[in-house]
Amino acid sequence: MATELGPTPVKEPASGGTPIHHGPKGVGEDNAIASQGKWASWLLAPTIVALGIVIVYPIISAIVMSFQKDAGLDPVTGLFTEGGPAGFSNYTNWLFQQCAAPGGGTVACPPGTLGSQFWSATGTTFYFTIVTVTLETILGFWMAIIMARTFRGRSLVRAAVLVPWAIPTAVTAQLWLFIFAFEGIGNKLFNTTILWTGSEIPARWAVIIADTWKTTPFMALLILAGLQMIPAEVYEAAKVDGASAWQRFRMITLPLVKPALMVAILFRTLDALRMFDLPYILTEGSNNTTTLSILVVNQIRQGFNSAAALSTITFIIIFIVAFIFVRFLGANVVEQQTGAGKGKK
Amino acid sequence: MTAATELRAEQDRGRKAAQNREKWASVRTYISAAVILFWCLAPAYWMVVTAFRDVGYTYDTSLLPTHITLDNFRTAFDTSFGNRFGQALLNSVFIGVTVTVISLVLGVFAAYALARLNFRFKYLVLGFILGASMFPGVALITPLFQLFTNIGWIGTYQALIIPNISFVLPLTVYTMTSFFREMPWELEEAARVDGCTQGQAFRRVIMPLAAPAIFTTAILAFISSWNEFLIASQLSNDATQPVTVAIANFAGAQPQQIPYTAIMAAGTIVTIPLVILVLVFQRKIVAGLTAGAVK
Repeated sequence: MATELGPTPVKEPASGGTPIHHGPKGVGEDNAIASQGKWASWLLAPTIVALGIVIVYPIISAIVMSFQKDAGLDPVTGLFTEGGPAGFSNYTNWLFQQCAAPGGGTVACPPGTLGSQFWSATGTTFYFTIVTVTLETILGFWMAIIMARTFRGRSLVRAAVLVPWAIPTAVTAQLWLFIFAFEGIGNKLFNTTILWTGSEIPARWAVIIADTWKTTPFMALLILAGLQMIPAEVYEAAKVDGASAWQRFRMITLPLVKPALMVAILFRTLDALRMFDLPYILTEGSNNTTTLSILVVNQIRQGFNSAAALSTITFIIIFIVAFIFVRFLGANVVEQQTGAGKGKK
Repeated sequence: MTAATELRAEQDRGRKAAQNREKWASVRTYISAAVILFWCLAPAYWMVVTAFRDVGYTYDTSLLPTHITLDNFRTAFDTSFGNRFGQALLNSVFIGVTVTVISLVLGVFAAYALARLNFRFKYLVLGFILGASMFPGVALITPLFQLFTNIGWIGTYQALIIPNISFVLPLTVYTMTSFFREMPWELEEAARVDGCTQGQAFRRVIMPLAAPAIFTTAILAFISSWNEFLIASQLSNDATQPVTVAIANFAGAQPQQIPYTAIMAAGTIVTIPLVILVLVFQRKIVAGLTAGAVK
């Protein structure tokens, strides 16, 4: 883990410590670290144990479950089938749409079954993620730039952006469902007669608009916090040197805000990949708005074990995306979190 | 003489142009600010206006409040169509407070260790906690559903509290860790020089100073528990459901007609306390929200 941090993190001198590296060091320092280590393990133990119970145990049990057959009535033969080891059949059910055949063996899942929806749900999830995160990044950046300026009423704007963030997503979904009702204010204001939840493109965009409304403020505040770390003198110097506004944005703002921006995009991406509340309430997953999370929930009552396989697949997808962000796109959350970025200001 | 006048005139022109540019820039800023205000507040405004509008005029699209009534708030609490909004409010408060208290009690120690102590595997622990905070709830729901079915916990409060800890506790730890980093720890050193043990210094000196940070973290923790929907929608029943589930399933007199005005009233009730809390503690909340991402 520590090797991924790159250069030795710079710490504030007051706390006096350097991160632990293996290798020769003073005996006194070793003792200090040992005693702090004992303290730390006592202080951390309750949190680690609690997270072990509420996260690690369910993950392991989901993985175990995913290799078990679901007991229940066979949908095709109508006979009761026993559970038992399933090998990878729960996974192939989702990934390759292989459903159990009456006489043993497998057949392609018939259309309409949950198994046949895996790839479309994956597509929908990524579609939502890419579109909403892109929109939120652009809008959030713009909002952050405005909020970073000094003008009268700035604190009003900064307070207002917290309103969508504070409204629970379930309420947001109902609110936008009402706005997008056929006779609702949405159609009225824009003089349109769109049946928003009636077909694929409007239904998807209803979810996208509601999500963008709800979460752009979070993005804007994270980017704003990043913008405020840039010293004003840098801009002054660039102005003196005759840099245009666009050049200042591209050469100063973007590179300096990039660490905060990448973390904001990572947070939002992981959040969007598990999107559930909005499409579940707003469109009930109809018209190709079923995300992976909705598919898992729909599967639960038809068979835990198959649902466990699907949620494990979802988890792995999200993990891979997070890994790509951290490894290749430079969203170094731990470094940001530990204050190591301070040295780069 | 003439050269000097010309020079002065040119300087004047230059200054005026600069002033003009600045004026335009500030006009543009105000227009943008107005657009942001409209975008953020208009839908929320519409919720409140609808909440106060007579149910017979649900689809009235006049922008100002019309047909004002409090009936919708009565309907929201009415239990005759199977809605239990009042009970759900109490449930959400109970679940939210319990989750917040547990997470704070556990999290404050972990955050202290992460912010103040040097120990092996620190980055591993930080990484684990950050990873946990981004962990998809959907990966928990299946095993928990099966486990709670087996032990008869579906629809109990503990079945709703325990999963919420999985995302509120990591949030608490990392928010508080960044708050703790910014505190004047010299005072702790001073207390120790004066003869306090590290534990005493923490209790008597640091805790009082940390109170605002802990309070802010508590608000953020409470809000994230209050907003939870996915797990509650599957693991609760009519008696224990939180407000998010109650609002999502809000039923009207006719099954085909969504009782929007009552839903908007319920939404307003659920939202207003949060919005007031957030606006009052705006600065601290923003600091807490962005704590993990910059610095």
